[in-house]
Amino acid sequence: MRFKFFTLIAAAVLLAACASEPEESAATTSAGTAVGSGSGTSASTTALPSLDPRSQEWLVVNVGDRVFFDFDSSDLTPEAQDTAEKVVAWMQTYPDVTLSVEGHCDERGTREYNLALGERRANSVRSYMEALGIDGSRVSTISFGKERPAVLGSNESAWAQNRRAVFVVN
Amino acid sequence: MTGYRSIRPATRKTPGPALAVRTLVWALAALGVVAVSAWATPLRAELRVDITQGVPEPLPIAINNFYGASPEVAKTGQDLAQVIASDLERSGIFRPIDQRAFIQSVDSLLGGPRFGDWRLINAQALVHGAIETQADGRLRVEFRLWDVFAEQQMTGLAYFTTPSNWRRVAHIISDAIYKRLTGEGGYFDTRIVYVAENGPQNRRVKRLAIMDQDGENHRYLTDGANLVLTPRFSPTTQEITYLSYSQRNPRVYLFNLNTGQQEVLGDFPGMTFAPRFSPDGNKVIMSMAKDGNSDIYMMDLRTRQVTQLTAHPAIDTSPSFSPDNKQIVFNSDRGGAQQLYIMEADGSNVRRISFNQGRYATPVWSPRGDLIAFTRMSQGRFYIGVMKPDGSGERMLADGFLVESPTWAPNGRILSFFRQSPANQRGEFSSKVYTIDLTGFNEREVLTPIDGSDPAWSPLIP
Repeated sequence: MRFKFFTLIAAAVLLAACASEPEESAATTSAGTAVGSGSGTSASTTALPSLDPRSQEWLVVNVGDRVFFDFDSSDLTPEAQDTAEKVVAWMQTYPDVTLSVEGHCDERGTREYNLALGERRANSVRSYMEALGIDGSRVSTISFGKERPAVLGSNESAWAQNRRAVFVVN
Repeated sequence: MTGYRSIRPATRKTPGPALAVRTLVWALAALGVVAVSAWATPLRAELRVDITQGVPEPLPIAINNFYGASPEVAKTGQDLAQVIASDLERSGIFRPIDQRAFIQSVDSLLGGPRFGDWRLINAQALVHGAIETQADGRLRVEFRLWDVFAEQQMTGLAYFTTPSNWRRVAHIISDAIYKRLTGEGGYFDTRIVYVAENGPQNRRVKRLAIMDQDGENHRYLTDGANLVLTPRFSPTTQEITYLSYSQRNPRVYLFNLNTGQQEVLGDFPGMTFAPRFSPDGNKVIMSMAKDGNSDIYMMDLRTRQVTQLTAHPAIDTSPSFSPDNKQIVFNSDRGGAQQLYIMEADGSNVRRISFNQGRYATPVWSPRGDLIAFTRMSQGRFYIGVMKPDGSGERMLADGFLVESPTWAPNGRILSFFRQSPANQRGEFSSKVYTIDLTGFNEREVLTPIDGSDPAWSPLIP
């Protein structure tokens, strides 16, 4: 929440601080990764001390691999900005890492509109990362619309967790 | 097989000259058609069903097994009558009478109907016919439709076809009966392409599939390896445009039903989706997402030239041409939430047409031009509805937890759509294809081997 009132430029200035506190990052973002069956999500990896720090698993455990959106929105919430900033810091630490950002929607929309909305969400994340200094060529986007929910069921809780963008390490 | 096949004069059991009227060309077998002339001339107000107001009481119609001299041909005659009865029954406009009530036999009908026998069981319309095997192995299928109370023949036609093509002849006869009795175009000789799907929410396997409008002749077009969505027919019914995630690269494709060939349409830098043919078949309109923003583009299939039709930071998608190719209705959230807009085919003169509560999506222009079907989302429910192109006369036809993807039968009187149930905690749910009358009555499920979504109704098969 501490980034709530910062502009993109102000947030970029804080990047060094983010990069130096990976332990805290893991603590604040792991809630977002504990649910669902998104790619790379695995509780058992927390027990492994020797993860490749460039891997999806490491990202999931220590940074968080996804951000969530409000209904019919592609605006980054303060929490989403926080996660994206930590992913940026991580990418700056490992300049050879490239990512795909997958945009997803809940099932409470029509198929074609949701494809567009998923694209908009993925791009919203990508634009934020670019503004923070990540070269656009390191981040690709793809939309899955409402086709690949992470959390099963048809209820508000599932929908909230399916309105997401997921960072997938290439 | 292409090209025209000449029509042979029909050998006749019944009096009156044979009149060749037209030849149908089809990919699998050519059909010759001749009119079988009437025995009596019309004298009184003819039998007619008004289907524009909803039909509270379906018209009782007696459909006889078609006569065949051999047991094999007689069996085809029985199957033919069953398909016709099933077509007409599902329309909701007709009530085929149980054959066990029939008094006059199929054999004696060859000498003409005894109208008193049919009036006795309250049949208002009577259908009978005969099948003959020709020297070349083809079948000659003749049928007659009678107004029982006026004692007049309303129509009579004969078709030549290969024996394997009997089912299509049945649908063509159903169309002829429907057209004669309602004054509206038929829709039985058509197919539906859709997405056949199974598996839990997060690992749903989707395949393109095609079937006759009654669910018969079902076959899969893709193997499920790639996610496929939103198939739509070309006006010739020989091509389908759809979205495939082949190579993790969502793009609009063309599928040729004759050759089975699939081809990506164009070379776009971003995701292309929501494709639809123009009614003249020369263009495909679709959305392309560039830097996260979706606009509408048109590709000329002859020159492969691409024209951008909208340039707005909002989402512009789900375009659908008017039947005269002059206007396009589409979905946009430029006003804040999803609404329906119409523009000229060159992208000019954009105006909003939906103004009621909720979000509107998936507009599809009726082949008659008089209405636009859509999906509406309001207070947690989904609806299939229609409105006039000026936005007036809005009414809802079907609803559910999730209904989507309206598509028009070629006569503009019936729609198909799909309805999805909520999923349980294991991600299990159902998705089924339905048809419904424009009046909002007569909702019917189209039976498919597995679940289905995204139906698209073909034009009448040429």
